[in-house]
Amino acid sequence: MKICRVEDTITHNEIHKTIFFDCYINAKPGQFIMIWLPGIDEIPMSLSHIGSNAGITVKIVGDATKALYDLNVGDKIGIRGPYGNGYEIAGKKALFVSGGIGIASLLPLIKMYKGEKKVILAGRNEKMILFADEISKIAEVEIATDDGSIGFKGFATELMEKIVDEEKFDIVYTCGPEKMMRKVLDMCIKNRIKMQASLERYMKCGIGICGSCGIGKYLVCRDGPVFNDLLLKEIPEFGAFTRLPSGRKIRI
Amino acid sequence: MENVFKNMLEVSVAGLRMKNPLMLASGILDMSRELMERLNDAGAIVTKSVGIEERHGYKNPTVYELPCGLLNSMGLPNPGVDAFIEELKNAKIDVVVGSIFGGDAEEFALVAERIALYVDAIEMNMSCPHAKKLGAEFPDDEIEEAVKAVKSRVKKPVFVKLGMENLISRATEAVNGGADALVAINTIKAMAINIEFGVPVLSNKFGGYSGKGIKPIGVRCVYELSTNFDIPVIGVGGIENGEDVIEYMMAGASAVQIGTALMKNINIFSELADNISVWLEEHGYDDINEIVGMALKK
Repeated sequence: MKICRVEDTITHNEIHKTIFFDCYINAKPGQFIMIWLPGIDEIPMSLSHIGSNAGITVKIVGDATKALYDLNVGDKIGIRGPYGNGYEIAGKKALFVSGGIGIASLLPLIKMYKGEKKVILAGRNEKMILFADEISKIAEVEIATDDGSIGFKGFATELMEKIVDEEKFDIVYTCGPEKMMRKVLDMCIKNRIKMQASLERYMKCGIGICGSCGIGKYLVCRDGPVFNDLLLKEIPEFGAFTRLPSGRKIRI
Repeated sequence: MENVFKNMLEVSVAGLRMKNPLMLASGILDMSRELMERLNDAGAIVTKSVGIEERHGYKNPTVYELPCGLLNSMGLPNPGVDAFIEELKNAKIDVVVGSIFGGDAEEFALVAERIALYVDAIEMNMSCPHAKKLGAEFPDDEIEEAVKAVKSRVKKPVFVKLGMENLISRATEAVNGGADALVAINTIKAMAINIEFGVPVLSNKFGGYSGKGIKPIGVRCVYELSTNFDIPVIGVGGIENGEDVIEYMMAGASAVQIGTALMKNINIFSELADNISVWLEEHGYDDINEIVGMALKK
């Protein structure tokens, strides 16, 4: 356990914030850390920024993420990790499909990917689209919003369908709501494109021992969080079921 | 992969036959059918401890890594026995032991009765060190009654899992109740404090310590139980390699359970089975049962 301080923050909107730490975190894109907020919770978070300027991008979804959003410069938190496998860099031309806060996991990969790259950023409305300016400097950006306030009006997968109809890609990287990622997988299988997706499950240990994050015979914390198309199409739970902290299986 | 030495590793504990003496300890990767099936190279799978009702367990942090082991305080999360049975139906597992907990004799018996059809044996958790009024806090003087209640309602072998504290007195109760085997030890009640924040790390403050650091304590407890009682003993605590297994078996264990070591090596059961077979061959033994209790006679 490493204790780090908040060095800087960027407020994107009323629910999204990026928090930079004063710790060096050497990680592969797609790996995650466990962040401890004493008295509140410990939760897994993707690193949106890695290396000497390590940071996370948080969306408020509950108590712990609210507490993260409310952190001020100088505040201390505990960090374990990085854990998990991270993305495998492959192919010469990639399409990145991000739904909402999924961009936090994809951002360091987009920066590191050397080949040709196109990025779909999707969200509810213009305000919820994160890092568009930063990414447009290094990749072609296409935006999709539910309300059409900017870019294509509709879902990320609808925009993706149009794009893959016209252009060929070696690989698709995706992170976002699981039902969206399931559709991305189906489209990739149909179009014979390799794909990798970063999954999320309720996590306790983060180190492959408790089984809370099990999906099929795999552990999201250790075998993942990134899974490729070959594994995902063999996991019937993907896009359909998840588990509560008690271990009870429920429909997504 | 078929183990060519499988005959020499086969053991039988209270009538429960296993292809090797290496069992998956309760609480490790045993919440879902698919994960338990993935670990079917173990001689037996002991399930996550289940109770009558669903429990979400404690808030995180629930696990904390230490140099010689692991501290955890999960708080007996489980989906409840009826939901858990769904994971066991049609599971492709050679031998499965249902771990159960309860607040009193009747609750133990109810859970045992419901799970019995889907398991080959029952393990009564009398030792989880961090759940209020359950596990290790289950009163000494109610153990006999609880074991009797379970025994009277199920036909399968009943194991009782004990911790290091009050070991002999609690074991005596279990044996008087008719336990078919004793399992020892559970994690040891422990704590870690983060000195930068000045607070306990685990949300529940107290947890259970497992892994390499507790092995000598486990071996001692197995030795004491084997000396004092005539029923089989299953050894647990800090096993990481084949030599650890042999040590536990020489202390009197008829089988062992492995948990924390899965963190570093998910293929540990196959690898240890091979290593133990080689060790036995090299030392001139034909059957692993020849070494059980060897150190007791010296």
